[in-house]
Amino acid sequence: MSTTTLTRPNIIHAVGETVLDGVRLVGDLTLFALKMVWWINWPRGGVIWPIMYQTGVLSIPVILITGGFIGMVLAVQAYDQFAMMGMENQLGTVINVTLVKELGPVLAALMLAGRVGSSMAAELGTMRVTEQIDALTALGANPVRFLVVPRFLACFLLIPMLTIVADGIGMLSGWIFSTKVLGVHSYYYWHHSFNFITAYDVMSGVIKSVFFGAAIAIIACHRGFHSEAGAEGVGKAATESFVYTFIAILLIDFLLGTFFMKFYYVLWPGDVSMV
Amino acid sequence: MSLIDLQHASMSFGPQHVLRDITLDVREGETLVLIGESGCGKSVTMKLMMDLLQPTQGQVLWDGKPIRSRSEKQITRERLKFGYLFQQAALFDSLTVFENVAFGLRQNKRLSEQKVVETVHGRLQDVGLSPDVVVDKKPAELSGGMRKRVGLARALAMSPAIMLYDEPTTGLDPIMSDVINELILRTRDREKMTSVVVTHDMHTVRKVADRIVMFYPLTRLEPDEPQIIFEGTPEEAFACTDPRVHQFIRGEAGERLTELAAA
Repeated sequence: MSTTTLTRPNIIHAVGETVLDGVRLVGDLTLFALKMVWWINWPRGGVIWPIMYQTGVLSIPVILITGGFIGMVLAVQAYDQFAMMGMENQLGTVINVTLVKELGPVLAALMLAGRVGSSMAAELGTMRVTEQIDALTALGANPVRFLVVPRFLACFLLIPMLTIVADGIGMLSGWIFSTKVLGVHSYYYWHHSFNFITAYDVMSGVIKSVFFGAAIAIIACHRGFHSEAGAEGVGKAATESFVYTFIAILLIDFLLGTFFMKFYYVLWPGDVSMV
Repeated sequence: MSLIDLQHASMSFGPQHVLRDITLDVREGETLVLIGESGCGKSVTMKLMMDLLQPTQGQVLWDGKPIRSRSEKQITRERLKFGYLFQQAALFDSLTVFENVAFGLRQNKRLSEQKVVETVHGRLQDVGLSPDVVVDKKPAELSGGMRKRVGLARALAMSPAIMLYDEPTTGLDPIMSDVINELILRTRDREKMTSVVVTHDMHTVRKVADRIVMFYPLTRLEPDEPQIIFEGTPEEAFACTDPRVHQFIRGEAGERLTELAAA
């Protein structure tokens, strides 16, 4: 009897704590993002260029590898099923539509959440635990303006560009693998692709990546700013940054995917090509 | 006249209570030294003084006026009257020594680049560093003592009215510790500066303190006991009969090892 009385409140307490922690985190992230928006301006003194180099230029190899493999994996996975139905010449359609609408932006963002986001969280976390963020405040600089805004701008501007690169290299690798290894005819590959891919598909993918970029920067900077002490605290901040960004990317993808589908029918009510 | 007042200030980090009902003032021109065991809230108190942290209860006043009655812009501007030497110096890793010391000047003062260079070189010389040798170095290339001195030069470059030193001699050899102590004294005398020093180093306490305040960890206090267990001059501190003060000043383990093992 007494065990039951003790156990039930503990479970309820644990669930309640978890929910409250989640609500607190979302609220805190929102306030952090609003603070960042309040201070947004183009950073002075060339502060942004090294961050852009880190975020953009140094991410290119990772993006090339990611994009390249997405294209080839899609070709491998889809080919057998399309060949069974005698539709292998349609392979380009499925590869390219999937790439520009979904997998290109999402997988590129996930890779960048790991490479760029975790590195930002670790860097800012180290600055937090070594009191460098306090030192900025002490010297009259606003840490959000000085540290978060340039990182946000770099992600916001460059992650869509990196997504376009990932899409492009994925399309290229998918085409090479499909035509050179799987024997799909190049003309039909592109012909069917261009028949199905619309500017709306490409734009929806790029717009998603803008939101992914913003989410990566805000979450990574937030976790870095709230890092706990010591190497373990910084490691935890980097891990949390990746996990929370991962969840945010999937959530944003779902919400924007739904929005773009609905919006398509608002723009073109009679068109059924999205089905 | 009090430049800084803590009025019934308490501070918690989540479930962890660090400070409870602290009332303390910092008087113009004095060197106030905060002592106490590790984790008793001395550094947190100093961050409250500079508004780098805000108390969970109570308030902090600058010049008799609550900090939070000012706008954020005013707080940022008035915070510049403080210089802060952080425990590990907190130099910006990605910047050179020159850029570190010039940082506050470039952020807040409309000075010509020539004036910035003059000020940076002057402050580095004040703390016993040769500008020609160190200006282009990154913090990672400096020894602990050099980092502390660059941190001090960075704080002094802003010509603060109040200097806060967080464990200025921790981790330094005895000679370098005394160099830092001399710099604290020299800075106080030359610039007529008010200073607050957090330290465990009794040599520093003897050398620089005008007034001493001793904190005690909340974990070792009853709920109704005050956290500040001593306030007075160095002479009074060294003559104090309170066993807790006596034990700390003499650096005696006493029963502590047994207590720690039991905890």
